[in-house]
Parts: sequence; C-alpha cells; structure tokens
Amino acid sequence: MARTGLADPMQPVLRLDGIVKQFPGVRALDGVQLALYPGQVTALIGENGAGKSTIVKTLTGIYQPDEGQILLDGQPVRFPTAQAAGDAGITAIHQETVLFDELSVAENIFIGHAPRTRFGLIDKAEMRRRAREILDSIGATIDPDVRLRDLGIASKHLVAISRALSIDARVVIMDEPTAALSHKEIEELYELVETLKAQGKAILFISHKFDEIFRIADRYTVFRDGQFVGEGLMADVTEGELVQMMVGRSVDQIFPKRKAVLGNPVLQVVGYSHPTEFDSIGFTLRRGEILGFYGLVGAGRSEFMQSLIGITKPSKGVCKMGDDIVIIRSPAEAIEAGIVYVPEDRGKQGAITAMPIFQNVTLPSLGKTSRNGFLQMAEEFKLAREYTQRLDLRAASLDVPVGSLSGGNQQKVVIAKWLATQPKVIILDEPTKGIDIGSKAAVHDFMSELAAQGLSVIMVSSEIPEIMGMSDRAIVMREGRIAAELEGDDLSPETLVRHAAGITSEAAA
Amino acid sequence: MTMVDHIKTRVIPDRLTTPTERILKSWEALLLLVAVGIFILNSFASPYFLNAWNLSDATFNFTEKAMIAFAMALLIIAGEIDLSVASIIALASTVMGLVMQAGFGTPVIVLAGLVTGLLCGVFNGVLVTRFNLPSIVVTIGTMSLFRGISYIVLGDGAFRGYPSEFAWFGQGYAFWVISVEMVIFALLAVIYGVVLHKTNFGRAVYAVGNNATAAMFSGIRVGRVKLTLFMLTGLMSGLAAVCLTSRLGSTRPSIASGMELEVVTMVVLGGVNILGGSGTIPGVVIAAFVMGLVTFGLGLLNVPGIVMSIFIGALLIGVIALPRLFARLKGRK
Repeated sequence: MARTGLADPMQPVLRLDGIVKQFPGVRALDGVQLALYPGQVTALIGENGAGKSTIVKTLTGIYQPDEGQILLDGQPVRFPTAQAAGDAGITAIHQETVLFDELSVAENIFIGHAPRTRFGLIDKAEMRRRAREILDSIGATIDPDVRLRDLGIASKHLVAISRALSIDARVVIMDEPTAALSHKEIEELYELVETLKAQGKAILFISHKFDEIFRIADRYTVFRDGQFVGEGLMADVTEGELVQMMVGRSVDQIFPKRKAVLGNPVLQVVGYSHPTEFDSIGFTLRRGEILGFYGLVGAGRSEFMQSLIGITKPSKGVCKMGDDIVIIRSPAEAIEAGIVYVPEDRGKQGAITAMPIFQNVTLPSLGKTSRNGFLQMAEEFKLAREYTQRLDLRAASLDVPVGSLSGGNQQKVVIAKWLATQPKVIILDEPTKGIDIGSKAAVHDFMSELAAQGLSVIMVSSEIPEIMGMSDRAIVMREGRIAAELEGDDLSPETLVRHAAGITSEAAA
Repeated sequence: MTMVDHIKTRVIPDRLTTPTERILKSWEALLLLVAVGIFILNSFASPYFLNAWNLSDATFNFTEKAMIAFAMALLIIAGEIDLSVASIIALASTVMGLVMQAGFGTPVIVLAGLVTGLLCGVFNGVLVTRFNLPSIVVTIGTMSLFRGISYIVLGDGAFRGYPSEFAWFGQGYAFWVISVEMVIFALLAVIYGVVLHKTNFGRAVYAVGNNATAAMFSGIRVGRVKLTLFMLTGLMSGLAAVCLTSRLGSTRPSIASGMELEVVTMVVLGGVNILGGSGTIPGVVIAAFVMGLVTFGLGLLNVPGIVMSIFIGALLIGVIALPRLFARLKGRK
C-alpha cells in the first residue's frame, strides 16, 4: 500500500515510543507509547497521577522526555520549546486554557502569529477577517472584536479551539474540555470534534467521563501509574474492561492499616449544602475511624471540607461534635472545637514556606506554647521536635525555612502542625499528593497509628489504592453530592470508579 | 522492590547557628557599621558635630518619624502600608488647634490628637479589611482626604497660642540633654521590639505578611491583626502630631508634608521587606539614627535640603542594592 502521508488513516500522524520522564523521586512516565491517527479521536484514559498531564506536556514541548522518541510522520522529532511543538502542528486546549482576558477574540486567536502589513505592523483588518473565517468554520457566532473577559467559559473554549485551528494544527489535544461546560455546550463541542475529524485532524481526547469517551472516541489508550496498559479500538472494548485496565493493578503497595475498633460517633454532619459547590452532604464519623472521600477533581470534596472548618459558609446544615451542635465560622473556631484541616495546596494554604519549621508547627498552637501572650521559644522547640520526630521528618535543623525541604518533608511539617493542636478530627486533603514513596509510607503509617489511638480521620484522596488501603469506609462524591457510601465487600476499585464517573449500567467487570 | 528506609528516631537540632553568628550576619549589623561610619565622617567634617547639645538637637530629625516608623514597620511586615500618616498628623494637629481654641487645656488637647489619629487608623483599617481594598490605594485616598479637611478648616491660616505646658512634649527635656521626645522614642522602641519579637501577636504579624492564606487556615484572624496594625499606625501618627505641634508651637495645614515617604524610607532602610514578611525593630531603630545623622551632618556643612534628599535617596538605594549585588556576584563564582 502506498503511503500517502496525510490522508492515510492507517498511519499515525504522531507516535510516541518508550517515553520516560523522571522527576525527583517519581517516575512520571515509564516507557509509555501513544499513537494518534488522522481523522480519529484517541481517548487517553487513566486515574489521576497516571501520567496524562505529563504526556501532554511532553507533546507540547514543555517537558523533555528523558528517554524514548517522538515520531512525526515516521520521522523522529524533538520539541525543545512550546513554539517548536506549535510549529510542528501540535496544539493543546488545556483544562484551563491560557488565554488573555484583556485582549480581543481576534487578538487571542492570532497572538504570536498575527498577519503583518508591509511595514511589519499587525494587519488588524486581515486578522479580523481571518478570525471571522475560522470562527465561522466551527459554527461559532462570536464577534472577533469583543474582549475575551466578556465571554463565558464555553465561548472561551471556542476561542481556544479557533486559536488551535489558526496555526493549522494537525494534532489537537483536548485535556478535559467538557469539565466546565453545560450540557448544551458539551453537545456543541461534540459537533466541533466531528468537524475537526472531518478536516483530518488527529485528536487526543482526555476525559474521566466514560459516556463521552464512548460517544466520540474511535480509539483508546490506557495509562496506569505512568505505564502503558493497553490500546485499541473503542468498538472492541466494554466499559467494564476499560475500568479494569484503569484500576486493575494489584494493590501491591503495603498499607499499614490496622483493623480499627470503632468507637462512638465523634462528628455528625447533616444536610450540609452550598448554593453552587455541594448539596445535602451528611455522614457520621466514629472514633478511631478513617473515612475516605473519593471523587473526581471538581466533585466538591475540598469545598465541603473547607466549609466544615468555617472557610466557606454552608447555606444549610448542622454539624455535631459528640452530642453538641457546633457552629464554626472560622478556622480558629474549628481548632477550638477540635476539628482541623490539612489543605491540599501545601505551598499556598498549608505551610508558610519562608518561615522556619518550628514556627510553622507551633502557629495554630501558640496559645499552648506561650504564656500570657508572650512567646516561649523553648516550649515551641519542644512541641515542634516532638511532632516532627513522630513523623520522621528529615531536616538539618528546626530553624530552617520549610521551603528548603522536599515536598514530602514539607507535608510532614504541615501534618505535624495540625496534630500538635491535639484535634479530635483531622481532615487530610490529598495527604500524599506529589510526595515521594518514602514520605508516603511515613504519612500512611502515622495515619493508622493515630486512628488506633482514637483520632478520627477524614481522608480526601483521588488515589484509589490509598482509599482502598487506608479507609474503613469510603464516601464517593460526584458533582457536589454523595454518590455512594461504600464499606466492606462493596468497597472495590471498580465500584469507586463507577460511582465517581456516574456509570449506571452494570457492564461485566 | 526498593526497601523503605526503616524508621529510626533521629534527633533534629533546634538551630545550627549560634546567636552571635546570627547577629554578625544580620542586616542590622551592616547597618550599624554604616551608622558608625557616618558618625566618624561627620566628626571629621565639622568641629561642631561632637557636642552633646548639637547631637541632642539632631535627634529631633528622626524622633517623630521613628514613632510612626515602628508601627509602620509592623504594618509593612504584615503586607500592608499606610501612606496617609503625614496627613493624619495634619488632621490631628488641626483638631488639637480647634480644641485649644475652644478653651481646653493641655490634657484634652493631647487626648484629642491621639484619638483623632486612632480614628483615622480605624477608618483606613476598616476600608482595607472589611471591603478588601488594597491598602496602597485606600491610604493614597485618605492622604488627600485627611489633609483636605485640614485645609478646609484652616485655609491659609494657622492655629497659634498653645498653652505653655503643651510645649513640654516637643521642647522639653527629661534630664540633661535627653529630650522628652527622645525618651518617648526609646520607650516605643522597646515596646514595639517586644511586641514584634516576643509575643504571639508579633508572630501572627510575620505569618500574615508571609502568607495570609496559610495564616488564615492556621486559625489566625487575619483581618483583626491588620485592623489592629492600622489603628496602631494611626495612634502613633496622632502621637507624632502632638510632639510636632508642640515643637513648632503652631498648626498649619501643610504640617509634616511629605513625611510619609521619609517614614517608609526609614522602615525599608531598616531592613523591612517592602513586600512584607520580614524585618526587625532594631533595624528600624538603627535606620532612624542613620537618617538623623546624615541629615544633621549635611546640615552642619550647610548643604541645602534638596541635596539632602538626594543623599537619603542614594543611601537607600545603595544600602538595599549592595548586599544583593554582592550575593549575585558570589552566586556567579
């Protein structure tokens, strides 16, 4: 068969082979492969942390692979910069696409490659005309002169797509493009994908939602923990098979969870609601229990947890600690009530990175270490040493800034800081996200030790093995509501994924 | 599979540096060298410099500004700023004049000055914390507002005829050559030093300035800390208004014009990060002396005021830039 390049749907436009990307302590991509075909949509499927974002960054020239090769039309290529990837016809529409709010639609579409006049100035008329053309081609009725900030999120997506088309892209990467769209807007996006397919573009489509993958993808590729698991045609695979490929790892990490003896209810939440973020959340947490909260990004887990400690205000709902109703309006009141929250964003919310370790640890406990409002450094060092050592912190001294530590050790400082307040309930939001395996083990170990001592733990996690390995019980949240409460035999990787993604059919697993 | 390190308890030392090392390597030590250098230069430059009464006079160059600078230092460390302080002086002084004309004595006049300053601080603080406005914008606004009120009241006139006891604050001496203002300065230096470096409140100030979000998550009432600092800055401006009005013996609406920038200069020269998060009170104290000495020394040499401000500006940029320059050169090697 003669190779005709562009139009041959049997030959991939772009192939990645044996790609390895190493970060300190993590092998984000471990010899993965991926092929994209002209006029076809390839869905990239995997859990959080499977390496999807890393592969997108490798494709768009933001990361350089440590090993492996990228083949464009069968020729090995390298993308040392984002510009180089763009020139090769690869473009990405990200979860949060980088656009410029203060510029017009036409300027956004053509920024970096605007048509020029003879004098080297931007040819506004030409730019507007071509912007109009591109917008028309995807059926968008957006005025090219309007400022981007005046558009809604869906229209912004269309602008981002137009921008991709303006550089004559051959490969379009769509990273969770429907995450923020309404039902109607999603339908429009599907039509647009069909248009792009008809134009012969190769599309990489990343999504957590199985219904849309089955609706628009022609092929699939599954990653798990930075490794390639499988690929094939959508027509040959069932939902159940995909789920199993996604999560089917043997839970081979050793989780130190001990079988806990659960005590009396410590925290009871009834009907917690918020106008936009979550609705009717209720559960009971018992003494010594580890309760997992699983869900996709954006399911409202963090927002709900933050309302428990008084950062966002719930519109409705009651919170009981023991037998007493408590009203918590600020983190200070939450600490007083004995409920603390270790935030997901370590650098912004958890630690004050410029300040020394001991001052970070004692910050919420200053009332205990001080006398009449005056600092007592000796007491502070004592408290900081006690808790950081229990978490096996590695640091030169307690006086160095937290920012000088590795991610895992920063997380230990943050957890130590909250434990030092001696809470009754601790909420850990993605406690091991982005930290090395050794630190993960230390955090898990400590978590189960605490539970055994009678502390109640709420663990928000997007990692299935962590939920499976650590929780006594798991709540799955989807779109701001509790989708399921799973315990015992019902708690399995498959059920977690099903409820989180909203799969209703009981396809064979 | 790799072996997870087996967990052994290791002792993390509290600190690796001794207190002496920390002091020698500090910004304050460098600044102190600069101060000593200027002192020596001055004593060579003018035969009148090394005279107890002349030196005592020199302290008036910085005492009033430094009173505000202490509170301003805390405010800037917490990530905010107050540019209305000189205008608060004008308004407080005007209110004091009105109270004096209404026939009240020294205690009420002083109280009026302090309360006016405090209320101005509350006004700034509420706008910043309740309405989440940037403090630089709010206080540029109130800078015009406060002095504007003063101009409306006074026009091109002035209040004169303050009671003779009132002169004690700005013209009196506690003992020998030590002025009352100098004593107030010293007391405030100690109080602010203790508050910033030895109390929970001081720690909260640093936490808020370094990362207000993390501070809030840690249970610090960020808004309350900031409001308190604006109130303190206002109160100190009121106190400076009492001293300055007493020293001048009159109130004009142009009183203390441009002082806000000298106060900020003093704070920054003292090693306080203009972006918030770090700085010390000893640094501000030394910076106050440096600015006083430079102004006084140049004055003895009959250098005109405009050249003096050029000098202070150059000093500020030089002292701030040089350590960074050295650090960069070191880094290149």
